[in-house]
Amino acid sequence: MAEVNTDQGGGKGGKHGKVRAKKASTHIDMTPMVDLAFLLLTFFMLTTTFSKPKTIEINMPVKDGDPTKVNNAITVLLSDKDRVFWYYGEFKPGETQLIKTDFSDNGIRKILLDKNAVAHQEVMKLEDQLAKRQIADSTFKRLAVDAKSQKSALMVLIKTDDKAKYRNVIDILDELSIASVGKYAIVDLMKDEYDLIQKAN
Amino acid sequence: MPKIKVPKKSPSLDMTPMVDLAFLLVTFFMLTTKFRPEEPVVVDMPSSVSSKILPENALTITVDSAGRAFFNIDGQSVRRNLLTRIGEKYKIQFTEDELKKFALMSTIGMPAEKLKAYLDAPESERKKMDKATGGIPIDTLNNQLADWIVYGWTAAISDDAYAKKKESGNELRFAIKGDGGVDYTYIKRIIEIFQQNKVNRFNLITNLQATPTTE
Repeated sequence: MAEVNTDQGGGKGGKHGKVRAKKASTHIDMTPMVDLAFLLLTFFMLTTTFSKPKTIEINMPVKDGDPTKVNNAITVLLSDKDRVFWYYGEFKPGETQLIKTDFSDNGIRKILLDKNAVAHQEVMKLEDQLAKRQIADSTFKRLAVDAKSQKSALMVLIKTDDKAKYRNVIDILDELSIASVGKYAIVDLMKDEYDLIQKAN
Repeated sequence: MPKIKVPKKSPSLDMTPMVDLAFLLVTFFMLTTKFRPEEPVVVDMPSSVSSKILPENALTITVDSAGRAFFNIDGQSVRRNLLTRIGEKYKIQFTEDELKKFALMSTIGMPAEKLKAYLDAPESERKKMDKATGGIPIDTLNNQLADWIVYGWTAAISDDAYAKKKESGNELRFAIKGDGGVDYTYIKRIIEIFQQNKVNRFNLITNLQATPTTE
């Protein structure tokens, strides 16, 4: 197909010595082009990653704001080696005891779901309605925020000591979103709490 | 015996539809692929159940497992403008060539003093410098990261295309991309620097993890 016709004379074979134009085939060999196309296709398919990094959005409280009094609050303390402690309500020196837990399903998640049952159930109901297309997306968002920020909803304070890993903070934020906790803050550790963590060693 | 004649078929088949499809796919992948610029640090992001996608226009602070801070911002003209401002602040005169190079780069983790040398260095040298660097200084006495954030922010806002981006909901976001194994104190320090500059809303970049089913 790709050979070059070197026979230039043409006079020898012709009956009347007529130079006959050689009929070129209209078919082109597409194989090399197809090879290339598939090579490129494979390359792009293998190098493309469709996954974009995901993100958690957090709002930090404005510094120097008045600390708000909350009645239904839980404090989660994070330390090294994936240790998690928590206590409920206000910190009372000498009285408050840290309860040790972990990141398993029966650990901190259960506690948060338990304490935030009312708000969580409401959000679940809303999600159900959304799935059944009974409410619009925007309505869902508004109602979910309302449910999460209602008065009886759980408030979570996250405190970390100096050895806690960033991964654990993300884990806790995850647990909060699973338990539909809308009110939370990452705050500084108090000296008394630090001592309690040390003692728990 | 009568011979059964098998109809002769041409061994070559029409490849045109297949080729059409192949080229269609090639074009699709070529147009959708965005090559990621090489990052100077490898960060193992923690995974989370969040499925929110990171917004397009972001100012990202990367913290690697050793607690070193790196800075990145999107947009070539923004980056150019930013480096000029940084140069003014630290009294460094950047050449046109250096500005151009910086505009095309991504994450950077050099203290201002070494910036010029870093931009002039060849690719291989730069990789070595990335390994040796202590990141952008974040301590209170020499808080260069705050300058990067403030100038990056102002550069982004003063950019010509910003108004349009903002209109389409793509205003500048602040993101922290931390290594899962880094001590939280480093991230806390970054958040503190952000808050000192009146940024109270950030995105923590994570990997997607399969959603656990509740019951």
